[in-house]
Amino acid sequence: MRIRPAGDAMLLVEFEPVIDPLVNQRAIELGRRLRARAVPGVRDIVPGYCSLGIHFDPLRTDLAALDRAITEDGRGAATVETLPEPAVHEIPVVYGGAGGPDLQAVADFAGCAPADVIERHAGATYRVYMLGFVPGFAYLGRVDARIAAPRRRVPRDLVPAGSVGIAGVQTGVYPAATPGGWQIIGFTSVVMFDAGRTPSSLLVPGDLVRFVPR
Amino acid sequence: MSLTGWLRIVRPGLLTTVQDLGRWSHQLEAVPVAGAMDAYSHRLANHLVGNAPEAATLEVTLIGPELVVDADTVLAVAGADFDLTCGGAAVFSGTAFEARRGAVLRFGRRHLGARAYLAVAGGGILTPPVLGSRATHTVSHMGGLEGRALAAGDALPVAAVASGPANRARGLTLPTGGRARLRVMPGPQEDWFGPRAWQALTSVSFRISPRSNRMGYRLEGPPLEHARSGEPISEPVTMGAIQVPAAGAPILLMADRQTAGGYPKIGHVITADLCLAAQLAPGEFIEFDRCSYREAVAALIARERELMAQMTHPREGGAAR
Repeated sequence: MRIRPAGDAMLLVEFEPVIDPLVNQRAIELGRRLRARAVPGVRDIVPGYCSLGIHFDPLRTDLAALDRAITEDGRGAATVETLPEPAVHEIPVVYGGAGGPDLQAVADFAGCAPADVIERHAGATYRVYMLGFVPGFAYLGRVDARIAAPRRRVPRDLVPAGSVGIAGVQTGVYPAATPGGWQIIGFTSVVMFDAGRTPSSLLVPGDLVRFVPR
Repeated sequence: MSLTGWLRIVRPGLLTTVQDLGRWSHQLEAVPVAGAMDAYSHRLANHLVGNAPEAATLEVTLIGPELVVDADTVLAVAGADFDLTCGGAAVFSGTAFEARRGAVLRFGRRHLGARAYLAVAGGGILTPPVLGSRATHTVSHMGGLEGRALAAGDALPVAAVASGPANRARGLTLPTGGRARLRVMPGPQEDWFGPRAWQALTSVSFRISPRSNRMGYRLEGPPLEHARSGEPISEPVTMGAIQVPAAGAPILLMADRQTAGGYPKIGHVITADLCLAAQLAPGEFIEFDRCSYREAVAALIARERELMAQMTHPREGGAAR
């Protein structure tokens, strides 16, 4: 674990640079412990795949104390050797058709039938490593290597909310209509993000997700 | 503070949005922070009318709006220097003024700077907060008025305040000559770049591309070559980060940035200088100077002292009419 300044208003805690559930869990656990301390001046704590961003107000933060807290909680987080019992979400998906225009393209990439793509995508349990891109967008991994089609060469100007996509070994659900380059294989009517509920995002780092064909 | 009044938008200007100090503590859910690009001028405008720093203001961009003040209130503008009239009479940036119900506030010619902040006494723009903030993030349609830039015919709730403090301030020293020098702290992915990239970053003027916005400034200049291939694993990012995609054209992340990014970052513009970046327009130039963390903190303390000094010497008497 390494603590580095990313400018004068964020510390970046870097773990081993790999996409791995246990490393990711340590970053999440460090974030949980630091959040519980409510260090004055800290205004956001954000886990990445294998890092933790700690945003702070430089004029209201005792940086030496924050650094000590990170080091101390980091030692605790580093002892995480097993994954806690996570929340498991089942997300119903209508694969293919108008809501999954790239299902055939992914099948072509994989050299299999669309039904096999569905079976492989829905056959796995995915971990929420982090959120990013737009509110409520969770990066899920890992997708079966056989169907891990790269992003579309030309992104779409508008991907509808609820679209389920693949980009390499990542999969995810678009919470809102945005431009996007992922291969869209299905659609869900589950509301991924709603600013009016707590938490706003259905998925948070560390959760597990299963897609259920409808 | 008494009855609620309205600010009605007659002409919206180029990009006028409701902003505050940002929507913090929800980045775990990928909710962007947004907020005023120039927090210094936003805070100063609020101070001029007696508001708390986090009260929502209108951020005005390059071409200002025309508004009808549908309440007796006290207003102030800080930041970019525009010709201003209220009820037909000239009013001035950096000085609070009273506006009578029905008065038209008009932003005219812009002389210097890119973004001005309009503060309204009695707590600012009172649109409903979303996740604890009124800041508008247009990309995710969140905050402000329906998550979008203001349009003709919009009405914004404000408090009605008959009279207010008579504060006056010089304001931020705006960049002149269409350029600013910004200080940059290296890292945390400095090792993705060779000495030539740092040499280029700190020796050449970068032009702010027309394809720049509140999310980020695309910078045109010599490519900043990566010293290694591939990309770092996506990680949290912050305002001021200078991220460099493989093609080498840097992007300076600003208020509406996403919460995480996967491009290597050669450095970060220091917090003290972000207000200057916010006052530059597309087509203008940035020169970067390398600085240390210690220098960054010293610069921020100096900037804060300067702002505090402006806030503690109000002019006596009633607000200008």
